[in-house]
Amino acid sequence: MQALYAQLLVGLINGSFYALLSLGLAVIFGMLNIINFAHGALYMMGAFCAYFLLNGFGLNYWYALIIAPIAVGVFGMILERTLLKWLAGLDHLYGLLLTFGIALIIQGVFQNYFGSSGLPYAIPSQLQGGMNLGFMFLPIYRGWVVVFSLVVCIATWYLIERTRLGAYLRAATENPNLVRAFGINVPRMITLTYGLGIGLAALAGVLSAPINQVRPLMGADLIIVVFAVVVIGGMGSIMGSIITGFALGVIEGLTKYFYPEASNTVVFVLMVLVLLVKPTGLTGRAT
Amino acid sequence: MKKRLSALLLGTALALTAASSAFALDKTIKIGSLSDQSGLYADLGGPGSTLAAEMAIEDSGLKAKGWKIDLISGDHLNKPDIGVNIARQWFDVDKVDVIVDVPNSGVALAVNNIVKEKNGVFLNSGAGSSDLTNAQCSPNTIHWTYDTYTLAHGTGTALTKAGGNSWYFLTADYAFGAALERDTKAAIEAAGGKVVGGVKHPLNTSDFSSFLLQAQASKAKIIGLANAGSDLTNAIKQASEFGIVAGGQKLAALLMFITDVHSLGLKTAQGLNFTETFYWDLNDQTRAFSKRFQERMKNHNMPTMVQAGVYAELLHYFKALEALGGNPHDGVKVIAQMKSMPTDDVLFGKGSIQPNGRALHPAYLFEVKKPSESKGPWDYYNLVATIPANEAFTPLDKSTCPLLKK
Repeated sequence: MQALYAQLLVGLINGSFYALLSLGLAVIFGMLNIINFAHGALYMMGAFCAYFLLNGFGLNYWYALIIAPIAVGVFGMILERTLLKWLAGLDHLYGLLLTFGIALIIQGVFQNYFGSSGLPYAIPSQLQGGMNLGFMFLPIYRGWVVVFSLVVCIATWYLIERTRLGAYLRAATENPNLVRAFGINVPRMITLTYGLGIGLAALAGVLSAPINQVRPLMGADLIIVVFAVVVIGGMGSIMGSIITGFALGVIEGLTKYFYPEASNTVVFVLMVLVLLVKPTGLTGRAT
Repeated sequence: MKKRLSALLLGTALALTAASSAFALDKTIKIGSLSDQSGLYADLGGPGSTLAAEMAIEDSGLKAKGWKIDLISGDHLNKPDIGVNIARQWFDVDKVDVIVDVPNSGVALAVNNIVKEKNGVFLNSGAGSSDLTNAQCSPNTIHWTYDTYTLAHGTGTALTKAGGNSWYFLTADYAFGAALERDTKAAIEAAGGKVVGGVKHPLNTSDFSSFLLQAQASKAKIIGLANAGSDLTNAIKQASEFGIVAGGQKLAALLMFITDVHSLGLKTAQGLNFTETFYWDLNDQTRAFSKRFQERMKNHNMPTMVQAGVYAELLHYFKALEALGGNPHDGVKVIAQMKSMPTDDVLFGKGSIQPNGRALHPAYLFEVKKPSESKGPWDYYNLVATIPANEAFTPLDKSTCPLLKK
């Protein structure tokens, strides 16, 4: 029984990464209608950014938590302005292919310079160590990841679903021309939204740098699972992707305990089952 | 006028070459370096192995003696079906004579069959499974650098004898992990220890916390990591996060390469024991080779034992071809020639090749230095013990290779 609690908690920790990444994807898909395959590569750039800040400029984890999402977010906005905006209104497939190509290029460049084994990044001294919860030893850093990503997820949800800015955004996706008629700069808003989604990916990258090795392929390994999360949760649904992210983390954690060999596939089995029963995802609405 | 003259000269030259090659022995060799060029094993083999092959071609001096040697490389993406397809195409279309490297035992065992079918030469350096020279041995294959028996009998025996008599395994769920766990278990039991449990994880896993918690709960004294590349480094990094070493359990990295240590950093990796057959800082000759290698390597890594193995096995292959005089296309004949000659190179020293295809040379038990002991980047290992060649590899009378039963 104790082991089960431990696995549930560990699943929750992984779930927070899924939630942060799928949230970014859901925001981008919901607002821009782009299936952003470059998400994993940008997540990886977030982690590398943290590494460079520490080793190049002596700026520690806490600075990286702020600077990396902004820097990578700006890079994302440049991508949107120079490449993605030309695809507005075209079929989803074009966006998917373009972003997939971008992801391969970014990964290739990083791999060329840094190899595949990755670089070390230590846990910040304030968050080192752990506490004994009775049923497991919880590293403080992991606890921090869960709390921090929950806060970020809820804040993003609040921003989009409950504020005036969010209302503009949602309106702009429904009918850009009408929103423009009210004097709102829609293209700029779209660029900023893409930047926000990418910033969330980079933030997840910084969070994961002390846990995983900072590797060029760290995003490629994760992105497919995250896409499954988004599909299960319902494309474009903010709350859906947050809840599914955490839930799938837990389910995967339990699989690792009961039948570890299947832990890489369980998410996809679930995806198939959900799609068979409810093709729009758990919280998606038919359009 | 000038144009016509040069055309005439060219024509004559072509005719002469064609004529001369018709009489001489065939001295063209095509080498295929098949590896994981982009995934989790790319740093331990990959482009570095291709570079090592290139250096072997240059250092062999065969080109100056009129041999024509071509080198191509391919990416098997750690998928046996892709590896098999590339190998087939190399033999059928590109007329490749020898395939080198091939890390990932799953791919290596599959390629092993194709090479036998096509009567090519397979010089494996990267894969670990000792099955390549046991149940799956082939008259077309030589397994050079290390195998799971070496790792098991180096690290497994040493740690068990040092008091680590109960083990729990974290095993990569494919051919290599299974072979390594099997061989290590045998070594542990022979040394008086026991295995209390284990868990198999999928290849290329990024989060090990679930598995590590299970290992922690087992209360085994030693957690054996039967995986490699970034699977290994992630597991080690996360084990320190979960306080496993601080809680009194010890980690055994059964297969670790210098690029893994470099990637982990000494702070995390210090104190780990593991077995390798090559380290750049062993002697003057290994240092000289490694410095040359590092200068030419794009990310300036030092060579791993796998890359060193590619260099050494190709040099031995070239020596065998020189002894044969030419016609390098009959795989069984070339391998038989290689087995009949003692091995001697600057990286692995003097050795020999068993009839089952197993190359013999000493192995070394290393310990990762403390950060304070290291003089700089890549100065990572302390030599703990040297394991003589006859103890480092499966003794011939214990080998299950069908080639030996005649």
